[in-house]
Amino acid sequence: MNSIKFLYSAYAATWSIHLLYIGSLLRRYRRLKQELNELKQK
Amino acid sequence: MHKPSFTGGDAMSLPSSTTRGTITRATLTKDLRLEWRSKDALNSMLFFSLLVVVIFSFSFDPLAEESRRIAGGLVWVAILFAAVVALNQTWARELRNQVLDAYRVSPAPPNALFMAKALGNFFLVSLLEALMTPLFIIFYNLRALGPAWQLIPIGLLGTWALVVNGTFFAAISLRTRSRELMLPLLLFPISIPAVLGMVAGTTAILTGENSAHFWIVLLLTYDVVFTTACLALFEKVLEAE
Amino acid sequence: MKRLFPILAVLTALMLVYAVYQALVVAPTERTMGDVQRIFYYHVPSAWTAFLLFLVNLVASVVYLVKRNPKVDALAMVSAEVGVVFCTVVLVTGPIWARPVWGIWWTWDVRLTSTLVLWLIYVSYLLLRRFSDSAQAPALAAVLAIFGALDIPLVYFSIWFFRTQHPQPVIGGGGSIDPRMWRVLLINWMAFLCFALLMCWSRYRLETMRREVEEAQALESLLGDDRGSSAEIRNPKVALNRSGP
Repeated sequence: MNSIKFLYSAYAATWSIHLLYIGSLLRRYRRLKQELNELKQK
Repeated sequence: MHKPSFTGGDAMSLPSSTTRGTITRATLTKDLRLEWRSKDALNSMLFFSLLVVVIFSFSFDPLAEESRRIAGGLVWVAILFAAVVALNQTWARELRNQVLDAYRVSPAPPNALFMAKALGNFFLVSLLEALMTPLFIIFYNLRALGPAWQLIPIGLLGTWALVVNGTFFAAISLRTRSRELMLPLLLFPISIPAVLGMVAGTTAILTGENSAHFWIVLLLTYDVVFTTACLALFEKVLEAE
Repeated sequence: MKRLFPILAVLTALMLVYAVYQALVVAPTERTMGDVQRIFYYHVPSAWTAFLLFLVNLVASVVYLVKRNPKVDALAMVSAEVGVVFCTVVLVTGPIWARPVWGIWWTWDVRLTSTLVLWLIYVSYLLLRRFSDSAQAPALAAVLAIFGALDIPLVYFSIWFFRTQHPQPVIGGGGSIDPRMWRVLLINWMAFLCFALLMCWSRYRLETMRREVEEAQALESLLGDDRGSSAEIRNPKVALNRSGP
């Protein structure tokens, strides 16, 4: 049935949103770690 | 023996309502007088309001049958945008002259200052509405099919709803980057129930299809809730600046 | 405490897999809507989680205004951000569910519209946080959170009345829920709550780290020009180790 497409896209959309957020957290963490190391070297 | 008190003295023995009322009135008359003297800002705002009405009239064909149905929404959206322009300059003068620091250290209750600013804005936005509303009536050939007198409480309560929160959020936005943008960003979401009330109430009266009673009560509730919240929390905002 | 995190992460992953299995396989198929209804097991728990997180933010905001504890403020920040993420999920899965069932993406129904306004309020909260100078942001944001909380009942009530005058289909429907579906719903909610907890915990640690780095950078820029000062003051490790491991 065609509407199954919507079920899967809803689940996929949910996890995409969560993964995007976790990705942004990791990116921010990496940048902070870099700044931390720079400070420690000074 | 009367011990001199460092924290007060005779000034503080006045009942606080007197002090608050005096300060509110003094600030308000000062603001109105200053606005009247420098008519530039006022004229620009009036012209902006006129432009908004004209642009809307071009965009939403006033000859169409639908116009009575949508006119309520159009008028209030136009007023909303014009109000934002007016609200953005609320604290500009205070900021320029470091008046806020003086208020912080004075024993004056902070919400007296807020009340004066909010009332000043109320008069200013009402002035803009007084220009825009007749123009809308003319351009859209508006005629109220319901009880037209009910438009007055809707107008007053709706305007106060926008002004009270607008003045408050203008203070919050003072020390942010993109100050002028932050005001509508904060104001619009919180104002949604009030805007719905204004628009639905006005539409109900214009089309005569429904009663506006609920919307008037909603606007009254909104005004009471948020006026109280603004008066209670303004001190925190002033401290934070 | 640090060892707890990976354990919780693994447990949460297992719960989520189990929850998906429950939602897609075990739960009975709905009579009128068919399999599309299974979106319900993601849409509703996300909404409940978002509301809970926003409630945490409200409480943290009020406590912050009274106690001015920076840790409480960090909690407010974290719960708002993760709350917005879950709220976004609700607003995306809602229309995806509505389209095949009612043929339209959006109906301005009470719950979804109120959720949209809640999302708008909290996005404006996060913007205020980002655009304010750091010293004032916590108190101002806390005040905004209180305004938002006062607003939400008015939002719900006004839209509810509007809808009674102009009725349209309600996404998510009313009516009683089959107990088997209720069980699957709760399993999914528990899984998402653990996931939310993990995200909040991670974000909180990130926020703590960010504040430490910010403080160290400020200290460094204050003292960095003074080459003659003692090594102890110039050593950023002293500043960073102030708040412990």
